[in-house]
Amino acid sequence: MNLWQFVLQNHAEVAELTLEHIWLVGISILLAIAIGIPLGILITRWPAANKPVLGTANIIQTIPSLALFGFLLPAPWIGARADRLAILALTLYALLPLIRNTYAGIRAVDPAIVEAGRAMGLTDRQLLLQVELPLALAVIIAGIRVATVLLIGLATIAAAIGAGGLGEYIFRGLAMVNNAVILAGAIPAAALALLADASLGWLQRRLTPHAA
Amino acid sequence: MKPVADQRPLIEFRNVSYRLNGRADILEDLSLEIRRGETLVLLGRSGSGKTTTLKLINALLSPTAGEIRVDDRAIQQWDVIRLRRMIGYVIQEVGLFPHFTIERNIGLVPRIENWPPDRIRARARELLKVVGLDPQIASRYPHELSGGQRQRVGVARALAADPPILLMDEPFGALDPLTRAELQREFLKLQSTLNKTIVFVTHDLHEALLLGSRIALMEAGRLVTIQTRDQFLTSNEPLVVAYKNAFALNPNPREQA
Repeated sequence: MNLWQFVLQNHAEVAELTLEHIWLVGISILLAIAIGIPLGILITRWPAANKPVLGTANIIQTIPSLALFGFLLPAPWIGARADRLAILALTLYALLPLIRNTYAGIRAVDPAIVEAGRAMGLTDRQLLLQVELPLALAVIIAGIRVATVLLIGLATIAAAIGAGGLGEYIFRGLAMVNNAVILAGAIPAAALALLADASLGWLQRRLTPHAA
Repeated sequence: MKPVADQRPLIEFRNVSYRLNGRADILEDLSLEIRRGETLVLLGRSGSGKTTTLKLINALLSPTAGEIRVDDRAIQQWDVIRLRRMIGYVIQEVGLFPHFTIERNIGLVPRIENWPPDRIRARARELLKVVGLDPQIASRYPHELSGGQRQRVGVARALAADPPILLMDEPFGALDPLTRAELQREFLKLQSTLNKTIVFVTHDLHEALLLGSRIALMEAGRLVTIQTRDQFLTSNEPLVVAYKNAFALNPNPREQA
């Protein structure tokens, strides 16, 4: 059976696994944004936290993904369901690019602009919301872009712990020694990654501020 | 209404020092009075402490010793945000916000002070005229303007909320000589109509003599002398003479050397 025949026969399942994949990645990215961007901002305000935060995120990134899924298995509540486990692991992986890019983006804002803002009597909050974050936005989006593409690939491994997604086909195909089944998971995953990369890249370019 | 002879200083430095940990003093035992309505020029070479002095006034830096008073009140007793909003600040790099239009750049302080939008709009246009720009450019972005235009917008932004004090840190330093001369002329016009207290930093003696009512000469973190323009021209103070030689202001500069 070739790839086309397989996909045509199983189109409902392909669609379902693709949606599951998008859901796993989407929730994880949203969680990582909600945690990573505030952490990135925090370490620009509180330099002492810089090394521990970035160091921890770095170490998480170096844990092999299968091992991380395994480590988290005994966790209470989280370990009870495969999708919770997968989302937690994916969120942890997405943190580093988000924290790092938020921090780097804010630090890269021209010091003369920040100084002008402070000298005009902007409060720290006004400076952050009206000046620093808007100017760092393109770099932060770049971080979201890197994290999203990374997670779309990593999420295929979530199937190993039964969390679903397009990895199901890859693992099933490997077990069956059937390339068509492997490709039925791999090709949509690659297409999702390219689509996410292109659309977030477009957004990033649109938000890149002009140099003064 | 202007008080007839308000001779109380608006800004006062009392034995102010500023140092960074473990390094020599950047500013040492500075005492200085800046009078209402005057334009005091801080003149000196790079690293003499001029910019530090300026940043101490709007509390971008805090002194390590001594006291700074603004409007008869020690700077620590000011709400720093309120203090900064009554001090306009213009720097060489301009520091316009690249993601805001010109109008929004100028209107930023009025906006956070909750002025009604049409008043902000009118104010921005009025100020563009004051600094010699076409109000039409209000909707443009900073990167669409020339260096001279951007610097004018920088001045307009500093004037937006009508602050009584203006701090200017080599505002014309990065401009070509013709544009600089143009802006200096406009500055003189503004100075005579706006009645602000201005502290102006430069290393250019010509600019100092053109714009300042008094000149404070600084060297290596210390105030060497503070003199009116006329006193400065006739002074025999060695460093003043050195400056005048460097700028060829002595009648026979070659004989002096």
